[in-house]
Amino acid sequence: MQAVVKNNKLQERAVNFLFKFGAIALLICIIIYFSSISDAFFTYANFTDILRSISIVTLLALGVTFTLVVGGFDLSVGSTMSLSTVVTASLMVWYEMPIWLVLILPIIVGVLVGLVNSFLIVIIGIPDLLATLSTMYIVAGFHRTYTEGYSIYNNMPLTSGETAPGQFSEAFLWIGQGRLLGLPVPVWVMLILVVIAYIVLNHTRWGRILYMTGGNEEAATLSGVNTRKVKFIAYTISGVFASLAGILFTARVGSGQIDAGTPLLMEAVAAVFVGYSVLGIGKPNALGTFFGAAVIGILLNGLTILNLPYYAFDIIKGTVLVLALAVTYVYAKKRFTRA
Amino acid sequence: MLNSFLSMKGIDKSFGKVNALKKAEFHLKKGEVHALLGVNGAGKSTLMKVLSGVYEQDMGEILLEGRKIRIRSPKIAKDLGIFCVYQEVDTAIVLELSVAENILLDSIVAGTNMFISKKKLNSEARKALKQLQAEDIPVEKPAFMLSLAEKQLVLIARALISSAKIIIFDEPTAPLSLLESTKLFSVIKKLKANGVGCIFISHRLPEVFEICDRITVMGEGTLVGTYNTSETNQEEIIEAMLGTSYHNDFPVRTHALGNVLLHVKDISRGEKVRNISFKVSEGEIVGIVGLVGAGKTELAKTLFGYSPHTEGSIEILGNTLKLKHPNDAIKAGMALIPEERRKEGLFVQETLQTNASFPNLQNFSRFLFMNKRKEKSFAKVIIERLQIKTNSTEKPLVHLSGGNQQKVAIGKWTSLDSVLYLFDEPTKGVDIGAKTDIYRMIREFAEKGKGCLYFSSEIHEVLGISDRILIMYDGQIVKELSRKEATQERILLYASGGKEQ
Repeated sequence: MQAVVKNNKLQERAVNFLFKFGAIALLICIIIYFSSISDAFFTYANFTDILRSISIVTLLALGVTFTLVVGGFDLSVGSTMSLSTVVTASLMVWYEMPIWLVLILPIIVGVLVGLVNSFLIVIIGIPDLLATLSTMYIVAGFHRTYTEGYSIYNNMPLTSGETAPGQFSEAFLWIGQGRLLGLPVPVWVMLILVVIAYIVLNHTRWGRILYMTGGNEEAATLSGVNTRKVKFIAYTISGVFASLAGILFTARVGSGQIDAGTPLLMEAVAAVFVGYSVLGIGKPNALGTFFGAAVIGILLNGLTILNLPYYAFDIIKGTVLVLALAVTYVYAKKRFTRA
Repeated sequence: MLNSFLSMKGIDKSFGKVNALKKAEFHLKKGEVHALLGVNGAGKSTLMKVLSGVYEQDMGEILLEGRKIRIRSPKIAKDLGIFCVYQEVDTAIVLELSVAENILLDSIVAGTNMFISKKKLNSEARKALKQLQAEDIPVEKPAFMLSLAEKQLVLIARALISSAKIIIFDEPTAPLSLLESTKLFSVIKKLKANGVGCIFISHRLPEVFEICDRITVMGEGTLVGTYNTSETNQEEIIEAMLGTSYHNDFPVRTHALGNVLLHVKDISRGEKVRNISFKVSEGEIVGIVGLVGAGKTELAKTLFGYSPHTEGSIEILGNTLKLKHPNDAIKAGMALIPEERRKEGLFVQETLQTNASFPNLQNFSRFLFMNKRKEKSFAKVIIERLQIKTNSTEKPLVHLSGGNQQKVAIGKWTSLDSVLYLFDEPTKGVDIGAKTDIYRMIREFAEKGKGCLYFSSEIHEVLGISDRILIMYDGQIVKELSRKEATQERILLYASGGKEQ
């Protein structure tokens, strides 16, 4: 009998440990392993590279984090980012708009997608996954229709036979390609937004209201919170983050690629769920999301150094997501049954 | 007793340390309608669950037509001809299927034929409905289009088809209108004439007296007595249900009442809140008592703006309120301690201090930023004041006992300085020590001049704590009693729909 109890205790402790430090342990293992097989891995240049490569995914993931905090989910972030990418590029290349408009209009597009999502989820009452799955396809269709299926680049030929008048300005490209104080600009953008999201979620009244709405909507309502409004705001924030990711992506590659955001959706979701469990927080949080994106970024970077074919990467990303979900839900079940 | 159709003798059933049934007895004659009554927790449902095979008894025997039987599963109960028509009919009906398919569900499931003849199905279903004089229900209609009353008839028809000997009706009239109830009663009389034994569970005494031949009263898991309806009256039954009177050890109010705080004028909302008017003064504790389903929780939520009233008006200190959302009620100075505290009152995964500060975040933040030190010190204050047993303000509430959780649910409102507190079944699932603390807390609120509304189905609790008692029945306030006038018997009489001669 006593042995069994002891065993259970051990098992419980192992699960707890895995939940709290699993992601960190995994990260350390990955770093040690890749450092041991490649000299190019553990260098300042490579790490700034990794940070730059994860900056876009992190922005997407921050948006998803906000929707998860209020107990929802947003699958449409990838498509929203794609739409924002081509809108940004077209504003410069097709319409030669001033840079402030180029930065603001895509954000408005993101807000609109967020509002549509919230309308479907909050007002109509479609479950979040299904609603955002639908908008994911609708938005993807919009962005392909808008560009007629072509990517947008400097002075591209138009279907009318003419040449597009505009080019990407230097100032705009600096956002994606420049450096500031030894770090790439996108890394600064990412770090600033992570810090802002962290402060808002963990240290402000707004964050408290967001978490409580997700934690127990009915209790939040009975405590005087307008939970419908809160959910509207969360999905709108998610749309804004996705469109910021799109702007950053355009500036980074210097063209408006179609379907830019589609492959990033899963990475973003995986980042959030890896981040769920970091240090045993047990709920979606901004720092964890950043950490999750970093884990995935480092993993992919190492695999690239190992010369693994890129088409195999999805297997790795998917596995990381499954592992993160498994740890999260096993722990959640444990916590729930003990309650 | 020997010629009983069904005899349940010396039935014991315990769950863990709780003895739900202790030597419970129940006897049913062929072709009689027999009421089973008792207050909450008397053991009625457990006994019926033993009979319908949901639980197996620990001790005792069940005889059906003189033969000893063991009912190990609901399937066996059905094979023996024991059927149950639950209050929540939707749990037993497959909404997507037609009426005929629902009526013959058991034989379809048990049948060996691969193919089902629609024609035969429909004609058999029609036959069954005819017996119930319910031919007006089209057998091909999908079940989701039926009214509640029609669904009940479908369930009864299902029982008939399988040649039911005993049908248990568990509060069948609770969701029905008066007309629908009358129709149900004629169906029950028909069943009785066909020799089916009907067990009728209800909180409504008048209909029990209308339809039942005999009445069995249970209390604390055991038999109190069986009465012939023609030889008894409502008063006797109520006395039997209440059993030994509780000793009343609650202190009497000593402070004076202030101005009228809450004035509710003729408010309505749906079926469960109908034309309700009352007043609460500063420093007064008003008990609102009613049986389960009488509309107490609905009234509390209507007052709090969660499901706003559609008619009438609510005034606090003379100002008419516009209640669209609980937030409006909170701003007007109300606080609600909801019945389902884990589902509606608290964030159980969160820490005590996060819960405590939530209704009044403005107070615990500077500009937008949370002041965690202030939250912690407030949490310590309520732990101290309400004697919450925990060693940390950072412990998630899941690890606290029910009573301590409830104290947090009450304490979290104290930073707002509300003027009116609504307590909905605040002692549910709370141990006796915490109960005493909660009573003391409520009395303290009253002494400070706050108004308190105490919603409960525990009659002796309401009787003890209230200055004045309003009795709810079927969505309405049917009687008001002062503390002096009120007795358990009178309250239960009115709460069960009765009237004093």
